[in-house]
Amino acid sequence: MSLIALLGAIESGLIFALVALGVYLSFRVLEFPDLTVDGSFPLGAAVSATLIVNGWDPWLSTGLAIIAGALAGILTGWLNVQLKILHLLASILTMIALYSINLRIMGRPNVALLGEETILTPVENLGNSLGLPFYASTPLFFVIVVIVCTLLLLKFLNTETGLAMRATGANARMARAQGVKTSWMILTGMALSNSLVALAGSLFAQSQGSADVTMGVGVIVVGLASVIGGEAIISPTTVLKAALACIVGAILYRLAIAFALNLDFIGLKAQDLNLVTSILVMIAIVIPRYKFRKARS
Amino acid sequence: MISLTDVHIKFGINTPLETHALRGINLNIKEGEFVTVIGSNGAGKSSLLNALSGEIDITSGKVEIANKDVTRLDTSRRAGMVARVFQDPLGGSCEFLSIEENLALADVRGHKRGFKRALNESRKQPYRDYLSRLNLGLEHRLEDKMGLLSGGQRQAVSLLMATLQPSNILLLDEHTAALDPKTSQFVLDLTCQIIKEKKQTALMVTHSMKQALEVGSRTIMLHQGKIIFDIEGEERKGLTVKDLLDLFSKTQGEQLSDDALLLG
Repeated sequence: MSLIALLGAIESGLIFALVALGVYLSFRVLEFPDLTVDGSFPLGAAVSATLIVNGWDPWLSTGLAIIAGALAGILTGWLNVQLKILHLLASILTMIALYSINLRIMGRPNVALLGEETILTPVENLGNSLGLPFYASTPLFFVIVVIVCTLLLLKFLNTETGLAMRATGANARMARAQGVKTSWMILTGMALSNSLVALAGSLFAQSQGSADVTMGVGVIVVGLASVIGGEAIISPTTVLKAALACIVGAILYRLAIAFALNLDFIGLKAQDLNLVTSILVMIAIVIPRYKFRKARS
Repeated sequence: MISLTDVHIKFGINTPLETHALRGINLNIKEGEFVTVIGSNGAGKSSLLNALSGEIDITSGKVEIANKDVTRLDTSRRAGMVARVFQDPLGGSCEFLSIEENLALADVRGHKRGFKRALNESRKQPYRDYLSRLNLGLEHRLEDKMGLLSGGQRQAVSLLMATLQPSNILLLDEHTAALDPKTSQFVLDLTCQIIKEKKQTALMVTHSMKQALEVGSRTIMLHQGKIIFDIEGEERKGLTVKDLLDLFSKTQGEQLSDDALLLG
């Protein structure tokens, strides 16, 4: 595997680390199986790409993409909390609706960002002046983004409100008895989770040079694979370890995919990506259980 | 002062399964009173507790706590007034959170939660002191997950959590029922100790007639959604389980089957 391919895998791993943190927040912290992700990832891409193409400031565009993601999360939360629709179904409804919304936002199935000024342009320029090629400076920038997001998330989860959110997912009845407004916590958590995912989508579009309405397909599986795989490596006993597990899981997942697709003798091609994803998730779920059983017997 | 006025609770209204869980409960609990509640399965004990905590919307009637009408407030908005220990040792705390995090959660019960750090050294010290009274060594295990504790330990911590902040009433929902006899006694003793110390108004539901008479200052018995007797003071002193059973058959004109209530 070439250096470019390796750094490329790390780069998308870092972007998907943000997805994994979002998925961790919904699936693990709130115990809310949320498939909105498949819609909010392209939503973030669509919003920022459309605005950038229309001459908006790339930072502002990315910020608005994050807000759009938060709104998508709030919609799913509201369907569940207020209209009492089963969480999984609520998220599927939002996801399906977002497909149309994303098409409306872009006005066509995809928007190219080639030659446009994105938030990565100054990063690449700075990299160039330091003698770094773009394929190295972009991952470095994403490292910073992931660290900042992780620190903010950890800080939040350790506040009084963050603790209340964790209690909401773990034991809602007890949380209510402690005066936690659990529906409010679900709305906030879903907003936070999907804004992280939308940020990831926005960054993905800007680094790949286009937003596409189908780019969200399977994002939830990748996010979940990262969370589960990461947890198999780092036992998530504290929130810090859980967040690290998400990041490590996402990067390793992308590397594993890249290696699998690069091994010519297996004969895998790009179209086998989803099959490989599925198998990797199965392995990640089954192996810890097998280890556990062996340790017990 | 806590008062319930003509409280009715019906489940499954207009369905074949309609049940009338509470049928006109009138109850006044004075400040500092420790009321024990007995009754067989389906008598309405849990419904009474849920009506007070706000977990169930009552069908009709009025609930007042500290002279404030709370009938339409949900559990989270009553949390500042009502503290609760659940029957299920797993129910009153979060097993995935550490002991200190659980205490921190209870420490702001009923208060607005902001973006302050939930835990810091100055907050931990009182928790340590408070836990050390249990003599279970938990003060050295603040960072352990709640899920690592035994049922009795968890109930003891739940009790501390419920009394960390003052409340107008402490609801104890058969909180010793799931424990072995020795642990059950330990938790019950601790309960009485804390209630006495804090002059806490409390309502304890129990399955055991003996326990209901031994602790507290007043005992009420529920039967088919009604309070069938309410005894306190001199009348209650020296009362035995047998007296209670006689009282029951006198007021109800029927025999209480022995297995309907635990006599021990």
